Amino acid sequence: MDVRVSGVRKEFDRFPALHDVSLEIKSGELIALLGPSGSGKTTLLRLIAGLESPTEGKVFFGDEDASLKSVQERNVGFVFQHYALFRHMTVIDNVGFGLKVRPSNTRPAKDEIRRRSSELLDFVQLSGLEKRYPAQLSGGQRQRVALARAMAIEPRVLLLDEPFGALDAKVRKELRRWLREIHDKTKHTTVFVTHDQDEALELADRVVVMSQGSIEQVGTPDEVYDKPNSPFVYGFIGESSRLPVRIENGTVWIGEKSLGLKADRPDGDGMLYFRPHDVELVDGSNGCIAGTVVASRRVGATRRVELMVAGAEERIEIGIDADHPATELSGIAFRPRHFRVFARD
Amino acid sequence: MVHDLSQTAAPAAATWHPATTESRGSRYVLIGITLVFLGLFLVLPLVSVFVEAFRKGPAEYFTALIEPDAQAAIRLTLLVAAIAVPLNLVFGVVAAWTIAKFEFKGKAFLTTLIDLPFSVSPVISGLVYVLLFSSHSLLGPWFKSHGIEILFAVPGIVLATVFVTFPFVARELIPLMQHQGTTDEEAALSLGANGWQTFWHVTLPNIKWGLLYGVLLCNARAMGEFGAVSVVSGHIRGLTNTMPLHVEILYNEYNFVAAFAVASLLALLALVTLILKSLLEMRYGAELRAAGGH
Repeated sequence: MDVRVSGVRKEFDRFPALHDVSLEIKSGELIALLGPSGSGKTTLLRLIAGLESPTEGKVFFGDEDASLKSVQERNVGFVFQHYALFRHMTVIDNVGFGLKVRPSNTRPAKDEIRRRSSELLDFVQLSGLEKRYPAQLSGGQRQRVALARAMAIEPRVLLLDEPFGALDAKVRKELRRWLREIHDKTKHTTVFVTHDQDEALELADRVVVMSQGSIEQVGTPDEVYDKPNSPFVYGFIGESSRLPVRIENGTVWIGEKSLGLKADRPDGDGMLYFRPHDVELVDGSNGCIAGTVVASRRVGATRRVELMVAGAEERIEIGIDADHPATELSGIAFRPRHFRVFARD
Repeated sequence: MVHDLSQTAAPAAATWHPATTESRGSRYVLIGITLVFLGLFLVLPLVSVFVEAFRKGPAEYFTALIEPDAQAAIRLTLLVAAIAVPLNLVFGVVAAWTIAKFEFKGKAFLTTLIDLPFSVSPVISGLVYVLLFSSHSLLGPWFKSHGIEILFAVPGIVLATVFVTFPFVARELIPLMQHQGTTDEEAALSLGANGWQTFWHVTLPNIKWGLLYGVLLCNARAMGEFGAVSVVSGHIRGLTNTMPLHVEILYNEYNFVAAFAVASLLALLALVTLILKSLLEMRYGAELRAAGGH
């Protein structure tokens, strides 16, 4: 089921949570809404679900305007961060709940509900735990029950709000892979909210990066990582270093020195962004960024050095080989392989 | 170094006690004060009720209880509780639901309003109804012309009791429901349940022990209420006397055995309430604590 969000604005007590957000989700896609807290990602998810109503704008499911439909009518599977399992019901009753509350003309028979619930529990690898209560399960198991419960109603869209947020790191990773497998098998159109960039990049077909109630960038994990379109995305996804520069005739300058980089911007002040590990070290001092090492630390397989950049009096970080001989106060010159210049804020 | 440590550690261990614990002496004094106080003000009066009731033997005791006016008082008390408690159960659930699950203007005011009967003297609560329904008031003559007696009749007693006891269920449920939040309900709705199904299958099971606890306290107060009921009842023997009022009348007539016999029933009610309350707290303590408890 295609989902289209069109010009949606949402205010809570006049406090704007989303400004004019539009988004198209293709049928069968796995989409991540990624952003820091307060970026409006959960609000957007709840608007799609019908748990909130937009102040302005529309939500379409396929060609059908779902904006005025209630959450029940939208037929979405919603998975909550803290599971929201019904604590007084057994696992199998939780899964069957959505079928049990259907109006009598569409409600399956009791045996049928039971059979389908067991099948789903099988599918989420929880068979044998039918009679347990939610309190008797681990966090990861509870989240699987929640997912099975959401899938039981044969939803048109699956919506997951920070599905792994309450789990520890190891279970998180397992469930991540497992969710991807489930998605590949069922082909549900799926939208999930996360503040964890690794989760979004690893899991999603496309990532929607959000900040302060707006969408910053939509793209495949490669696109948002390799071609961030704003300083925010540069800073939020992966690591970035930035340096105040000046543009003159399409080239980048620091003070009186050209860096040998071309920039497609009008003349004036700008801010240069690049990935600290995506640099090449060069000899000499022309057409490059030169600096003095002021600090150095080991990060995993590489070494991170902090440079005081000559002419800019700014500290930046770059990644170099762990066995590079640079020590404090030695000079290093480099050129970023990929970079972008944005307006200075 | 190791030797030094063991030397200094030994005397420290002898005098060490947990930071929040007092020394033995002051503990005994504090416990003693509490016990003496409880004994003087709670246990002694309770025991004396039963002692007085049985002063002339069990025969007199039971005669006092089966006497027609006493029977009428017991029936009236049960009737009033049977009306007031279910009313307040429904009202309490609705009020708690409204306050805990929705955001609206004037919510804080409504919450304060629910507490009103706790802060108003019961006598005033009764007087309010006298002012509302007496023959000189606005509503009184209208009801009278339609042949409905409110004041000095059962409806007045029920009204006063409902007023005095209405905070109990709501007070118990509001914090519990606020603590539980609305995600369970949202989950049910997203799975296609309608409002009633959500309430019946999800909300109600989540609050059932808190609800029972509130009903228990509400019932105890409904049966034991004196002040408000006394003002509106008119004290007509065999007709508008509830048990507490009947006790007062018997006592004023120096009929101590009968007075304490009826009082003993109320005391028993209190004891049963207390036991049920403790059982509930033992079994569902965590859930009730979330509600703030009493």
